Amino acid sequence: MANNNNPKTESHDPGRRNFLKNTGLVVGGVAGGSLLGGLFTNQMKSDEGKKGKSEDAVKVDPAHARVFFGRFEDFIVLATATELIFPEDDNGPGAIGLDVPYFIDKQLAGTWGINGDDYRQAPFTNLEGLKKIEKADEKVNHSRANRGKIFLEGLRLMNAESMKRFDASFDQATEEQQHEIMSDLEAGKLDMKSIPSDAFFALLKQATLEGAFSDPLYGGNKNMDGWRMKEFAGARPSYADVIESEEFVKLDPISLTDYQRKK
Amino acid sequence: MAEELKKVDVVIVGTGWAGGITAAELTKKGYKVVALERGKEQSRDDFIGAKDELKYSIRYDMMQDLSKDTVTARGSMKETAKPVRNNNYARFGNDTGGASVHWNGVSLRWLPYDFEIHSQTVEKYGAKKIPENCTIQDWGITYDELEPYYDKFEKTAGVSGEENPVGPPRSDKYPNPPLKTTPSIELFKKASTNLGYHPYRLPAANMSESYTNPDGETINACMYCAFCEEYGCDFGAKGDPIVTVLETARKTGNFEIRNESTVTEVIHDGTKAIGLKYIDNITGTEYIQPADIVVLAGFVFTNNKLLLKSKIGKPYNPETQEGVIGKNFTGHFSNISTYIGARGFFDNEKWNLSMGTGALGAKVDDFAGDNVDHTDLDFLHGYEIRYYHLGQRPIDNNHVPVGTPAWGKEYKEKNLFYHNRSLIIRAKTAFLPNRYTYLDLDPTYKDELGDPLIRATVHYEEQDIKRAQHGVETCKEIMTEMGADIIDLVDVPDDVKFDSKFYTNHFLGGAIMGEDPKTSAVNTYSQMWDMENLFVLGGSSFPHNSNHDPTETIGAFAYRASEGMIDYLGGEGGLLVEAKQTSKA
Repeated sequence: MANNNNPKTESHDPGRRNFLKNTGLVVGGVAGGSLLGGLFTNQMKSDEGKKGKSEDAVKVDPAHARVFFGRFEDFIVLATATELIFPEDDNGPGAIGLDVPYFIDKQLAGTWGINGDDYRQAPFTNLEGLKKIEKADEKVNHSRANRGKIFLEGLRLMNAESMKRFDASFDQATEEQQHEIMSDLEAGKLDMKSIPSDAFFALLKQATLEGAFSDPLYGGNKNMDGWRMKEFAGARPSYADVIESEEFVKLDPISLTDYQRKK
Repeated sequence: MAEELKKVDVVIVGTGWAGGITAAELTKKGYKVVALERGKEQSRDDFIGAKDELKYSIRYDMMQDLSKDTVTARGSMKETAKPVRNNNYARFGNDTGGASVHWNGVSLRWLPYDFEIHSQTVEKYGAKKIPENCTIQDWGITYDELEPYYDKFEKTAGVSGEENPVGPPRSDKYPNPPLKTTPSIELFKKASTNLGYHPYRLPAANMSESYTNPDGETINACMYCAFCEEYGCDFGAKGDPIVTVLETARKTGNFEIRNESTVTEVIHDGTKAIGLKYIDNITGTEYIQPADIVVLAGFVFTNNKLLLKSKIGKPYNPETQEGVIGKNFTGHFSNISTYIGARGFFDNEKWNLSMGTGALGAKVDDFAGDNVDHTDLDFLHGYEIRYYHLGQRPIDNNHVPVGTPAWGKEYKEKNLFYHNRSLIIRAKTAFLPNRYTYLDLDPTYKDELGDPLIRATVHYEEQDIKRAQHGVETCKEIMTEMGADIIDLVDVPDDVKFDSKFYTNHFLGGAIMGEDPKTSAVNTYSQMWDMENLFVLGGSSFPHNSNHDPTETIGAFAYRASEGMIDYLGGEGGLLVEAKQTSKA
């Protein structure tokens, strides 16, 4: 634990290797190396297959750098948690494959992370008061801590809880152990200072879904695969010709990158 | 020290439908009009390529910046109010055109019963039928008197619709035919018809075809792109103030909008308004804009705050029930009036739910207003049942049957499976005013200029809960007939309390109209009883909330008020309606 709390004495490399080694556990054995490789090595295998056979061809994705999360292990806990919420399956990629962790990292680094659009005058509501509020999103709104601080507290608590209970960091715990901690988080059973833990779960889940389904311009919903899984066609200019159809009409999605370019 | 500017004929707070209609009507008559808008300038160009759910529907880019000004809320006088801190609890309009730019377009007339609610209730059921704390009162106008103004609004906004089989009489049909229909809308209509109800298409300010309004403004045909509610229209296909009345006013050469201008006070001498004091948000400079007529056409909270701060009219006191300003605050509150009903999950159907537009859908008015006999019902007024096909966007719609885990494999599986296989029908209920639901100034929290926030105290009465529960039951009945495999109710518990959520923009009252200055702030021309050259327009003038959406009624009264202002400026001034002393008070 001492090591984990001091980034200066921690080398990132062992963490990365352990993460790679354990990816099967983290995501239930379905993720491939390229999927997770892209998460932290700034490289991913070209999955478009356009340029022929060179499977080892790598390209640098400039979106794959962290801006909010300085400490790598916080980011790994985040990635693990989002993948648990929205896992890869036969339908398609999970949170990691959709770049959800990078999406959240970027959001936390901006206005949203510091509650910049919110009314922030004191007095705020203390923890006891927050527990009496019914809706999770309202608990988040009335906390003195901003979303960035809530995320850091919540993720570090999940990791510390995993160390305490299983002697393994959250990402290296077994899937069953990870489920136990997420379930306790969801049930409000982990003691956080900023908000009740059920409210952090709700915030984490909301951010995960935002990363899976927002326009790719924000760094998530990679390749629009989130939209494809929902059969949502994105920023289509018009459905006037097809909206009356009796049959379900499946259309390729369009992102704002394409839409705005055409205007 | 505020700099005093050159006097104009009319100065208006706000550029939504109420301010926009006033600007158009007065400038067409040659009067010089200045509108003060605290938000930024925006035009259709801002909305082209703006199909971005995260920015607009989740981060609320078009809504009021709550970091500068918000409201506080509480469920009873005993509680300490908390500020509404994030737009997920308040989608107030902002910028040129206000909430009227990102509205859905649902364009409904209110009922004859609404305007004469007190006298008709007493006549039909006796005075005892009105619960003790219920403060319903007549508006001082009848539906028939208001009908020409409704017609005018519908033609300006280009409403697409069909006759309501159980609706009030109309002098003319809608200017445009209904929007295109879809299989799920037809399913809702068929099921409702089977049950003996009378469904009809939602009247929509989304154009079913290209349309030119009586002022010569062209509104394009709707593309059903699904980015409508909470968005400005990419195509200029929604009847909004930017493409209609503000443009009409601009063309006269008599109109100026000053953006980034936050009005802080009505300057007056006790009997007449002199002008508006405002601050330039960018420079911080204070100005006074004098005018012959001062118009408050802001949202309900803005209008009430300005009246209270400027000490115009007597503030309402819930203990003594004396005073007016702040009285009869009502609205479509989320957990009792709007987001309630029945969600059906269909295992063997799949619809094109990602397509749609703001007011695409159908509704049933059989339980609206006093359309059913209330003798044996334990509530007054009623509700309507709606099915919307407004375009289901993916971040905001992650519906799974109750009992599904909130995360993990099964959650994802069902989330994806049901995305185009689940429908919700909702009850939109009236909310009747009561003694303990009102607005005043918050004792603790301030806006960025140091002025108190407005405080909303909202108490649900038993009849409001019963009405909502009745509505949910009817939703369930219709959803069952529609054949859903799983039905989950968005129910209303007996002990439901106000959730401090202001999600619909349908919030009303506080500066209400009536016949008697003792019980109302304005007359039916929206003219302040206490200050003849001050007109207070918009939802703040509604003495109660119907089950119908307020926009079209706001528009109709704005046309009537404009007519009154033109009479006032052309005549010798004075009150446009003689005050009556009602027996009640």
